[in-house]
Amino acid sequence: MGNYLLRRLIVAVPSLLGISLILFVLLALAPGDPFGELASNPNIPPEVREALRIKFGMDDPILVRYVRWLLAMLHGDWGFSFASRVNVDTLILQRIPATLYVVGTAQLLALIVAIPVGVLAARRPYSIFDQIANTFAFIGFSLPTFFTGLLLILIFSVNLGWLPFVYRADIPATGWMWWWENFKQAVMPVTVLGLYQAASYTRYVRSAVLDVIKLDYVTTARSKGLDESKVIVKHVVRNALIPVVTLVALQMPTVFGGAIVTEQIFRIPGIGSLLISAILANDTPVIMAVTFVFACLVVLFNLIADILYGWLDPRISFR
Amino acid sequence: MTEAAIAPAAAPAPLLTVRNLTKAFPIKGGLLKRQIGSVRAVDGVNFHIEPSETFGLVGESGCGKSTTGRCVLRLIEPSSGELSFEGKDVIALSGDGLRALRRDIQIIFQDPYASLNPRMTIGAIIGEALTIHGLASSRQKYEERIVHLLETVGLQADHMTRYPHEFSGGQRQRIGIARAIAVEPKLIICDEPVSALDVSIQAQVINLLEDLQQKFGIAYLFVAHDLSVVEHISRRVAVMYLGRIVETAPSRQLYSTPKHPYTEALLSAVPIPDPSIKRKRIRLKGEVPSPINPPSGCHFHTRCPIAKDVCSKEVPPLKASDEGHLVACHFR
Ligand SMILES: Nc1ncnc2c1ncn2[C@@H]1O[C@H](COP(=O)(O)OP(=O)(O)OP(=O)(O)O)[C@@H](O)[C@H]1O
Ligand code: SF4
Ligand SMILES: [Mg+2]
Repeated sequence: MGNYLLRRLIVAVPSLLGISLILFVLLALAPGDPFGELASNPNIPPEVREALRIKFGMDDPILVRYVRWLLAMLHGDWGFSFASRVNVDTLILQRIPATLYVVGTAQLLALIVAIPVGVLAARRPYSIFDQIANTFAFIGFSLPTFFTGLLLILIFSVNLGWLPFVYRADIPATGWMWWWENFKQAVMPVTVLGLYQAASYTRYVRSAVLDVIKLDYVTTARSKGLDESKVIVKHVVRNALIPVVTLVALQMPTVFGGAIVTEQIFRIPGIGSLLISAILANDTPVIMAVTFVFACLVVLFNLIADILYGWLDPRISFR
Repeated sequence: MTEAAIAPAAAPAPLLTVRNLTKAFPIKGGLLKRQIGSVRAVDGVNFHIEPSETFGLVGESGCGKSTTGRCVLRLIEPSSGELSFEGKDVIALSGDGLRALRRDIQIIFQDPYASLNPRMTIGAIIGEALTIHGLASSRQKYEERIVHLLETVGLQADHMTRYPHEFSGGQRQRIGIARAIAVEPKLIICDEPVSALDVSIQAQVINLLEDLQQKFGIAYLFVAHDLSVVEHISRRVAVMYLGRIVETAPSRQLYSTPKHPYTEALLSAVPIPDPSIKRKRIRLKGEVPSPINPPSGCHFHTRCPIAKDVCSKEVPPLKASDEGHLVACHFR
């Protein structure tokens, strides 16, 4: 197992290098750079701009710049955000908690909804409950989060005035009030993201349970005299969740990506909105760092998925 | 219901009696998945099984053998009919009564790969039933019992901590048997227990089943579509066609003097080891009709070589022709 992990991590290095190189080259070739803004600013003489470009090595060949970025990165220097005038790592660390909080809670909500609904629906396929669950699941993932998000804002913030529609990282409250405010501002984004995910997870859980429930070992469990609820939990769900767990792990990077939209709508100061504003400001070091973090997440969650699979399913062995 | 009325006077009281067992599965279709018809998978089946005997049930694929077996354990709820096990009304059981029934009757399946939970160790699979029925008073007794069961079916104690995927098909079937006999059942429903195995391993498993019957006096309802396997192990055999039993007889009698035209056709397809004996091969015309819309009267009339007008109008009852030999045919 330790060996397997080590090998997987070593294999991950070239792929991350490749990804970072491609990202770097793409960003370097893209029109616009952090100093574009300076060009249109009449207060800054062209000589100063030129000096800055040289100081930051903007005109060196791409590969030289890439190696420089990589070496700095390996030393823990993630670069400097020209737009925010702080170090990129500081910026990312500031933004990550809000994203993790919203995405994590949303995932939890998604699973809490999807597992029981999916299992109950599969228990009686084509029953009324199953059809209602299917319909909602279908609606759920057909409606984009930017639509449901705006709808919720319209209802609960604009019309009813119950919930804030701007998410704040710095709530001017302490103690219980802080928790309460934090809860209130998270309700809508977590609901939107969570239910959207729940819709697709429900369908996965349902079909996974349907695959398992007809197997002979489930009938065997019943024929042993085991209670139906125990049959479902111990023999059906525990086996059906193997593919679901892997799927959830594999989906995590996509979920972070999808959260970008939700963060935009609710103005959550998370890593997704950081990426968007960095793109708008041509803040290359930030774009590079955030996309690279996403790439690392993909690799990491792939590994987690494989490990979970092997841990849950005794048929898989790590070699 | 008195058992004496069902079984011949000299025979011991039956362990299991099945009367007019019927199971119709609804067929749902259309946009709203409404019921648009039904499959009569089992259509008025009658038989009984005596203690410690093997009763064979043969028939082509889809004729309702598995459904019959599952109805006996109430793994499928019968649509109608009577089931009595040791004089108890099985249909009326629920809760503790049903749990007790599922100790007295066990089932073994055809597919040794799908019948063992891949996430449980062999010890846990066998031990679960012991726990449910409170058959082990301590952890030590529990483990001793599992080891003993494994050894009884020809496996080893250290197999306990392994997972199903580490075993071959034949070994898995032995595990399934160990699991079934763990609760000391009186009847085991063997649903094609050897059909998925190599011929050489089939014989081993059948011998194991016979040994266990000798040792523990277990009765078997032995389901198969292979007549030669059933002949070897069964004392009495019933032949099923499209949800109905068409002939029941003591095994040797059924094979030497079959009475129903369908049984004759089935037997003519079984190869005979002795090449000096020639048997006329009876080829049945057509396919097995759909159980959704079975032929009227005698279900077999569309393929029967001796069918007459009456066959498509009247259902032939299952009636005695000789002692213990029942046939459902107007002309036999
Ligand atoms: N759950 C179900 N819903 C609807 N129809 C079913 C169901 N289970 C079985 N059937 C139908 O009932 C009929 C009898 O099925 P059954 O499994 O009892 O046959 P079988 O004799 O065991 O066949 P095989 O030799 O293939 O195992 C078949 O036509 C089958 O399609
Ligand atoms: S009743 Fe008629 S159709 Fe049925 S088996 Fe006898 S002869 Fe053939
Ligand atoms: Mg079957």
